[in-house]
Parts: sequence; C-alpha cells; structure tokens
Amino acid sequence: MTYPPSTSIVVEDVTKSFTLRYHRTLKQMTVAKMRGQEISNEFNALDGVSFTVEQGESIGLMGLNGSGKSTLLKLINGVMRPDGGQVLTRGRISGLIATGAGFHPQLTGRENVFLNAAVLGMSDAETRRKFDDIADFADLGKFLDSPVGHYSSGMTARLGFSVAIHVDSDIFLADEVLAVGDKPFKKKCLEKMQEIRDGGRTLFYVSHAAGAVRRMCDRVLVLEKGKLAFDGGVDEGIKFVKYDGGPDEEENVDDEQGI
Amino acid sequence: MTEAGRQHLVDAPLVSPAPKAGLIDVFRRRYLLRMLVQREISARYQGSFLGLLWSYINPLSQLFIYWFVMGKIMNRGTENFAIHVFCGLIIVQFFIETFNAGTRSIVRNKGLVQKMAVPREMFPVASMLVSFYHMGPQLVILTIISLISGWTPNPEYLAGVVLAMMIIALLGTSLALMFSVANVFLRDVSSFVSILTNFVRFGVPMIYPYILVDARFGWFAQFYLLNPIADAVLLMQQAFWVGTTNDPELIHATHIPGNLWAFSFLALGVSAVMLLLGQYIFKRFENRIPERL
Ligand SMILES: Nc1ncnc2c1ncn2[C@@H]1O[C@H](COP(=O)(O)OP(=O)(O)OP(=O)(O)O)[C@@H](O)[C@H]1O
Ligand SMILES: [Mg+2]
Repeated sequence: MTYPPSTSIVVEDVTKSFTLRYHRTLKQMTVAKMRGQEISNEFNALDGVSFTVEQGESIGLMGLNGSGKSTLLKLINGVMRPDGGQVLTRGRISGLIATGAGFHPQLTGRENVFLNAAVLGMSDAETRRKFDDIADFADLGKFLDSPVGHYSSGMTARLGFSVAIHVDSDIFLADEVLAVGDKPFKKKCLEKMQEIRDGGRTLFYVSHAAGAVRRMCDRVLVLEKGKLAFDGGVDEGIKFVKYDGGPDEEENVDDEQGI
Repeated sequence: MTEAGRQHLVDAPLVSPAPKAGLIDVFRRRYLLRMLVQREISARYQGSFLGLLWSYINPLSQLFIYWFVMGKIMNRGTENFAIHVFCGLIIVQFFIETFNAGTRSIVRNKGLVQKMAVPREMFPVASMLVSFYHMGPQLVILTIISLISGWTPNPEYLAGVVLAMMIIALLGTSLALMFSVANVFLRDVSSFVSILTNFVRFGVPMIYPYILVDARFGWFAQFYLLNPIADAVLLMQQAFWVGTTNDPELIHATHIPGNLWAFSFLALGVSAVMLLLGQYIFKRFENRIPERL
C-alpha cells in the first residue's frame, strides 16, 4: 500500500504479544509443573490496531491503565517491533516514554544530556549549540553537575523532557511526561508542546487529563485492552473514555484552567 | 488544517522506525558509539582517587606475581618468563573482559534499551572497545619492560600484533553478541560465562611455553593451534618476548610454530565467520529483548 507524502505515521494491523511468566527459578517452575499450573501465558497487548497520522496532527492517546498506550508508543519510536502488521514513520522521532529517559545514574546531568542527545541522533555540535537552552529549560541549577542518581524523580523527568523536546524531531512522543513534574514545570511543558504542535510537527500525547488533551490535541485515539476503540474528534473521544465529569471533576477543572 | 504554521513537511522516506542494519548501524553512528565507550570508561573510574592509574597498577602487580612466583620461587618456565606470561595475559585479559562485560552489556544498559531505539549491537561492541582501551596501558608496560630487557622490534612481527588484536576483537565481539542476548532471557548466562572464561588461561601458551605442547602432542599440536586465542598469544610472544631473549632466532625456531601465520589467518577468518553468526543469532532473538529486561 502506498501513502501520500503528507503521511507521518502508519500503523497497519499491528499486533504485539507479551508472554507473562509466573515463575522464574527452576525450583518454582518444577513445582508449578508438578501441580499442573501454567508456567507462562501469552496475550496481546495490542491487537489489530490500524490508523494513519498526517504530518502536523496532534493526537491524544487515551485509555485505562494497561490498555497498551506505552506499548504503542514503543512500537512507534522503534524500541519494539510488532509481531504482526507494520509500523512506518517519516523523519526523526523524539520524545519520552515514561519518565527517566534511560539516564546513567553514575554520570552527571551534563554528561547524560550529551549521551541522551546522541541517542536521539544529535551530533556533538548540535548538542553544544542547544545545551544552554536544555539546561535553562530543565532549570536544575547546580545539580546539573552532580550524578543523576541523586536526582529526585521530578528532576530526572525535567532533564529527560528538556533534552527530548530540544531535538529537531518531526514526531514528538510524550508519555506521562507530566506525571511527576510540579505545577510550574507542567505549565512550561504544555507551552513547549504547543509550540511543537504549532510548528507543524506531529505530536503524540498520552494523558489521562481531559483538559490537557482538549488543549493540546485535535484528534483522540482510545485504546481498550489493546484494541483501538475510538478514533475521532477530541470532545467525542473524551466523552468516550468518560473522563468528562465524574468523580474527578475537580482535577479536570484544574486541567481546564491550563494547569 | 491549513494554519500558517503547519507547513512543516519532511520529505524523509516512510520507513520502519526500528533500527535494522545491525552492526552496520553501529558503525554508522560512531558518535553515539564513542559516547557509550567514554561513558563506560568514566563511570568505571568515578569516585576512584587514582583513577586511570589503576589500569597500570593492576597489570604491573600481575606481572610481578608471575615473575616472582614462577620465575624466582618455582624457578620454572623459560627465559624472561615474566614477559612470556605477560604477552599471553594481555591477550587473555582483552578476550575475557570483552566476553564478560559484553555478555552483561545489554542487561546493564537496560534503561536505554527499553526506552530508546538504539541499535542494540552497540552495547557488546562498546564493551569490546572499552576492553581494547584498557589494553593500552598494558601494551605500554610491555613495551617498556621489553625495551629494558634488550628487545629489538621487528616490523613483520609487530604486524602480527595487529592481527592478534583483530582476531580477539572479532572473536570477543561475536561471543559477546551471542551471549548478551542469552543473558537477557536467562541471567544465569553471565555467571556461566565467567566460569567459562576461567578456563581460557589454560588453553593458551601463557603459563606454560608452547614448546611443551609441541613436545607432548607432536602432530596433534595442530589442533591446539586451531584455538584462535592461542594463535593470538603466540603472535604477541613472537613480537615481544622472542626479541628479548638472548638468541631470538633459536627461540623463534623452537618456540614459535612454523605455520603460525597460516593458522593466524585461518583464525581471523573463523572469527569473522563467528561474527556473522553472532549477528545472525542476535537478530533472531533481538525482538524480544526490550520486553524481557
Ligand atoms: N515487558 C512486558 N512483559 C509482559 N507484559 C507487558 C510488558 N510490558 C507491558 N506489558 C503488559 O502490556 C499491557 C499494556 O501495557 P502498557 O504499558 O502499554 O499500558 P499503558 O496503557 O501504557 O498503561 P498506563 O496507563 O498504566 O501507562 C499491560 O497489561 C502490561 O502488563
Ligand atoms: Mg504507560
């Protein structure tokens, strides 16, 4: 199948299965075998998911915990490969999948920035040029030169997000980036992501916060137990996952105000 | 969607985002490879007061032990036995370190492997390069000690050193590739490998001279030479140790097998094939790596 040059991401009938292992050691396995229990069990974390994304679209990916959102992002950024179907992307991909972007705890924040940038495909010169912006955005002050192992989880997230967002990527993936950041930082992140979106880059944003999705995205995908249950407009999508209203109304109002 | 800003169109091709060229990708991304190697080296010496000096102290102390125990106490071995042993030690350490660290490399870097699309062959290769880097100080020590002992370098034999390094680099990387994947699925593998490497020292003419093997096994000594690590050790001894003895020509004739070059090129070929095999096995199982970490 051919796609027009404006296509950014193609996910075509993608299936990804995981094996759940209940027992790890030889002893446990022998005992389980003798009792006739299952040792492992395969299930589909993603099951026949298909959609295409045009360049410049910003997608809100929603769904309950364990519905397969992070798995889908891992397939899109190339960490994992699908077991069935295919994933195609156009251009450079950057982003954060869960917090902590694979930093090395023994190295300082500064060293990790260079390493992380290299992993994301930036050259030495490019990183140097952007280093001040990255450091300013993360705003870690003197901690930038101490080992990342001593950072709080929020600080690690700030640094990871800061590197990822400063890469000249064509596709930006954001998974739970805002989960551990404090309020001023969340605000900064959302502003930065809006900048990305307005610059015409493709944005993929995983969030449980209806307000943020409404503000950031122009299309919503909803996963339900690994299947694509909804693909369409933002308001309908939020209604679909029933995040509108309900018991956590208060938090949503908070989101509505832009965090 | 025709806002003014949304004109950012890339004309890159639509491709699978997962890296797929394996070792070729690793060498395409040399900058990242260099960063990983540097990171490994600087992490190793972090918080250590003497830092890199340790990589001189460690081989020197080993050299001293062999010289003292084998040479002075037991009065065994051959002429300049410490240098004889040290030639072997350098090769064996390079191999063992590559194999051991390479086997652990993917599990150790799981933070990166789980979150970013790096060619995962990068990690075993980086382990090999770190071990290679650690060999530097040992080569410096060996050169100095040899010069003190009246060594006359020979360009042909020095070329053999390069060959020896290439054999070990290829062989070590190939084993690191195979066993690093296995270690993801079963963490026992790294313990198994470290036991396995204990045997390496005894399979090469390091703490005993090759002449003993030749005397004991005669024609069958050829099979001993099929071990690429043994060939690499002999190449090192030919380049350094032989030149420090009183009668290098006699020593070369008696201690270095006549067909060493042929065996060495065979070993290089075998190691290259092993590397292809390692790459093949790695590719077969690579898909399951991130989820099993
Ligand atoms: N490495 C793995 N091995 C086995 N199962 C896994 C693995 N990774 C994820 N899973 C399973 O796949 C399913 C989807 O996980 P995923 O992380 O994609 O969920 P999610 O939608 O991101 O959830 P959350 O909202 O909590 O972030 C879950 O049932 C999870 O247990
Ligand atoms: Mg998730």
